[in-house]
Amino acid sequence: MADNTKGLALYRNQFSSGLWGENPVLRLLLGMCPVLAVTVAFFPSLTMGYSVIFVLFCSNIVVSLMRNLVKPHIRILMFAITIATFVTIVDLFLKAFQPDMSETLGPYIPLIIVNCIVMCRAEACASKNTLSVAIVDALGVGVGFTVVLVILGGIRELFAEGAVAGVQILPLAEHGGWFEPWAAMRMPVGAFVTLGLMLAGFNLINRKLAK
Amino acid sequence: MDTISGLLLAFLSVMLIDNLVLTKFLGICPFLGVSGRLDMAFGMGLAVTFVMVLSGTLTWAIDNFVLQPYGLDVLRYIIFILVIAGAVQLVEMYVRKFFPSLYESFGIFLPLITTNCAILGLCLFIFLWGVDSLAEAAVRSFGGGMGFTLAICMMAGIRERLDMADVPECLKGAPITLIIAGIMAMAFIGFAGMGA
Repeated sequence: MADNTKGLALYRNQFSSGLWGENPVLRLLLGMCPVLAVTVAFFPSLTMGYSVIFVLFCSNIVVSLMRNLVKPHIRILMFAITIATFVTIVDLFLKAFQPDMSETLGPYIPLIIVNCIVMCRAEACASKNTLSVAIVDALGVGVGFTVVLVILGGIRELFAEGAVAGVQILPLAEHGGWFEPWAAMRMPVGAFVTLGLMLAGFNLINRKLAK
Repeated sequence: MDTISGLLLAFLSVMLIDNLVLTKFLGICPFLGVSGRLDMAFGMGLAVTFVMVLSGTLTWAIDNFVLQPYGLDVLRYIIFILVIAGAVQLVEMYVRKFFPSLYESFGIFLPLITTNCAILGLCLFIFLWGVDSLAEAAVRSFGGGMGFTLAICMMAGIRERLDMADVPECLKGAPITLIIAGIMAMAFIGFAGMGA
């Protein structure tokens, strides 16, 4: 019984460290390309998020299962092939069931292959731990990544369109309201500056917590 | 598009208008990580350019002569990543054997290039743009590499001066770099009209 609660606490720690303490984007600065590129609006961010969760989940399982079979010097290549396989599955799935979204995300879905988060978790966690730890880790890191994506996408959509997830929040000037959309938020500038300010905010909160 | 002026236009458009770092957000990790000093940034830029030309041309050839005629499109991503990993390995072995001093100064950067999304991204974009000749694929790869070098060197130049500046504590490091990148991206929007 005591062992069981200790095990649970371990899993909870593994999960929450992916969410905040070792958040892949805000803390480790990994996987920045999709974070900046797809967060134009809420829904593309969400799609990207669950694609990454799926790839992380599957590749962590496979890497964890084959960790004792693979020779060290070819492991990176094996990880890359595993990840590429699951990314191909996601890509075909989106093409079949969400063609519009697949069009919007374009090359950024195949680019999950070189997303440092997936490779980093395979190397740092899944290749050294048992199956259950690897699964919890994949979920924690994946959810942490998705939350940041969705928040960033929400903020950018709010200022670029006056809406979040398609729901109008700020009344637009062209419809008799007062809000003039910020075109810059849709462009690369908006992505860089918003993420920079988010990182600054995260640092600020962490410093307050540390005191 | 096979004339000299067409190729020149393709080169400039990939380097400036569609700059991989500042408009396509590719290769952000080395852009943030290695842009602390100008000489390192330049070395990284050259290494990336070299691998990019090699793998961009190779993947175009494999895609057009093997994958598409035989209907193997499903294997595209796996083949691309294998070609890139192989190209990086080849470059690493070659540089270590013939230019040991250069190898020393590149250090960890060379193997890291495999997971540089700018390279895979460029190979995918070459496929998406529908490039139709080997020369154009090579020129566009070279333009992409030069664009990466340009962006990372500019950022390194700015960050070297930033060391003297008084940056608020919570903005130090990555946040201020991202904000600078945003301002640079805004400047690069100015090139957008050139294509027409």
